[in-house]
Amino acid sequence: MQTLTIADKTFKSRLFLGTGKFGSSLEMEKAVLASGSELVTVALKRVDLETETDDLLQHLKHPNINLLPNTSGARNAKEAVLAAQLAREAMQTNWLKLEIHPDPRYLMPDPIETLKATESLSKLGFIVMPYIHADPVLCKRLEEVGTAAVMPLGSPIGTNKGIRTIDFIEIIIEQAKVPVIVDAGIGAPSDAAKAMEIGADAVLVNTAIATAGNPTEMAKAFKLAVEAGRIAYEAKLGTVKNNAEASSPLTGFLNEL
Amino acid sequence: MNFKEIFDTYTWDDIKSSIYSKTAQDVEQALHRNKCTLEDFKALISPAADMYLEQMAQMSHRHTQKRFGKTIQLYAPLYLSNECNNICTYCGFSFDNKLKRKTLNDAELLTEAKYLLNEGFKHVLLVTGEANYIVNLPYFLNAIKILKPLFSNITIEVQPLDEDEYKTLHNAGVYSVLVYQETYHREVYKHYHPKGKKSNFNYRLETPDRIGNAGIHKIGLGILLGLEDWRTDSFFCALHLDYLQRNYWKSKYSISFPRMRPAEGIIEPNVVVSDKELTQLICAYRIFNPDVELSVSTRESEHFRNNIIPLGVTSMSAGSKTNPGGYVVDQQALEQFEISDERSVNDFSNIIKEQGYEVVWKDWENFK
Repeated sequence: MQTLTIADKTFKSRLFLGTGKFGSSLEMEKAVLASGSELVTVALKRVDLETETDDLLQHLKHPNINLLPNTSGARNAKEAVLAAQLAREAMQTNWLKLEIHPDPRYLMPDPIETLKATESLSKLGFIVMPYIHADPVLCKRLEEVGTAAVMPLGSPIGTNKGIRTIDFIEIIIEQAKVPVIVDAGIGAPSDAAKAMEIGADAVLVNTAIATAGNPTEMAKAFKLAVEAGRIAYEAKLGTVKNNAEASSPLTGFLNEL
Repeated sequence: MNFKEIFDTYTWDDIKSSIYSKTAQDVEQALHRNKCTLEDFKALISPAADMYLEQMAQMSHRHTQKRFGKTIQLYAPLYLSNECNNICTYCGFSFDNKLKRKTLNDAELLTEAKYLLNEGFKHVLLVTGEANYIVNLPYFLNAIKILKPLFSNITIEVQPLDEDEYKTLHNAGVYSVLVYQETYHREVYKHYHPKGKKSNFNYRLETPDRIGNAGIHKIGLGILLGLEDWRTDSFFCALHLDYLQRNYWKSKYSISFPRMRPAEGIIEPNVVVSDKELTQLICAYRIFNPDVELSVSTRESEHFRNNIIPLGVTSMSAGSKTNPGGYVVDQQALEQFEISDERSVNDFSNIIKEQGYEVVWKDWENFK
């Protein structure tokens, strides 16, 4: 299996995890370790910036785990840029998952503000990974302003509905010059495997693992599914055929005479 | 159309009889729908849903875990003042209630705040009565200036204000505003609120519109359970929620379930809402609206609070005092209502953890 490179970092694991919704920090830590993930996203708003011993961060102190702070809660580019700067200071990293959702209900990413913020943050030296709709044009526009990766949604966040946007994600993958990470909506290991089979560079999973009956086992299942999907992609999947090949070809007559 | 105009197209009695005529079949339809409508909500709060309670609880549990995870947010009320010019016949702070009035000064506020911080709280709810000559916008701004560096999330539950005042508070760092209609029954409302600014039903009804226009992050609604038929009142509250979500789509919403408790000089509840009925109501809200925050306070008993944790609730108070200065400064001051769950914050957070839930102390950072 090939490694994945985003900006200056190389990852062996193509499974990224979210850290919310777990029943305890310990449960979260065990799941992260079982998943083999090397990049986990943490909501800045959940972290206690005043203390050095925030409970969530304490459980993520492992040599292989890199933190990816996110700006969840920001409603526009201005708030997101400020959040990014706070995150950089608090978590000592210039990596950033950019989330701008003015709508707290479905947490739908705002494409206009996201583009603006990506441009500003890239100039400020951040490694920006924006959470976006599966919009191929937006992905190209983000590339132009220096995004490090794109994170299109598979279906509405937290719904476990799988990759409903697959047609658009395939176009994004086809055209991308930066890594494509399918984020949001991945509900089962088979969804993750599917994303990897069609050529996504990685997937980010949270709800499906955090709210599983046994998060650690589910994390393991996702690890295997992501690996299986990626290996299948690299091994080149056979073509799916919609029709059986006709035994009496229509062009057979051209070989006659 | 603003909410009052929509509200005026409904009549209490029609809604009430429509709820009470819902059948088991209506409930089943509601339970199998992808997205619930207000008609479905009526079925879920109707007497016909009584025998589906377990199914509703299971569904509410699943919806809540999917959306909010295995977490419960904890907050504490901080009563700033019990001064009040309103007569509310059910409230301990009522103007005609002869009690020693108290409003916290800066030093007292800081003392109370430090106590709560020490308990672990990062989210605080500021509560007052309605006494505009002393507890007004300048008073709130001063309190927020003192508290903002200490807490990551400030919610207020104070008298209804004007839109500009809400804007000022939003800019000062207020995250959320709670304002309960108490009852949506216009005539009954008048009966319970005979005097004071609060007796203006329409002004209160239009308050969430003003809060929404001011860009406040979260708007909290509720009815006082015990004043009137809880099913009909809850329909109107859900109608209000539905309207607000469409119009102020950048705001979050929460619903609280204050159930009438004994307080100094008050009346008995007109309608007694049982634990079973309150459970039905909580589950109905969750099934109707998977993303609304649902809050239960220490008005409720230990037994009810322990068991309601996995059923749809997302935020709870703990270790609360409902009198100004109640934590440290003046523990004897008269309270707004008697709390029922008197366990310490630590004890209650252990109960949450024992149920496999994470206590969330902080879920907001002001990015302004």
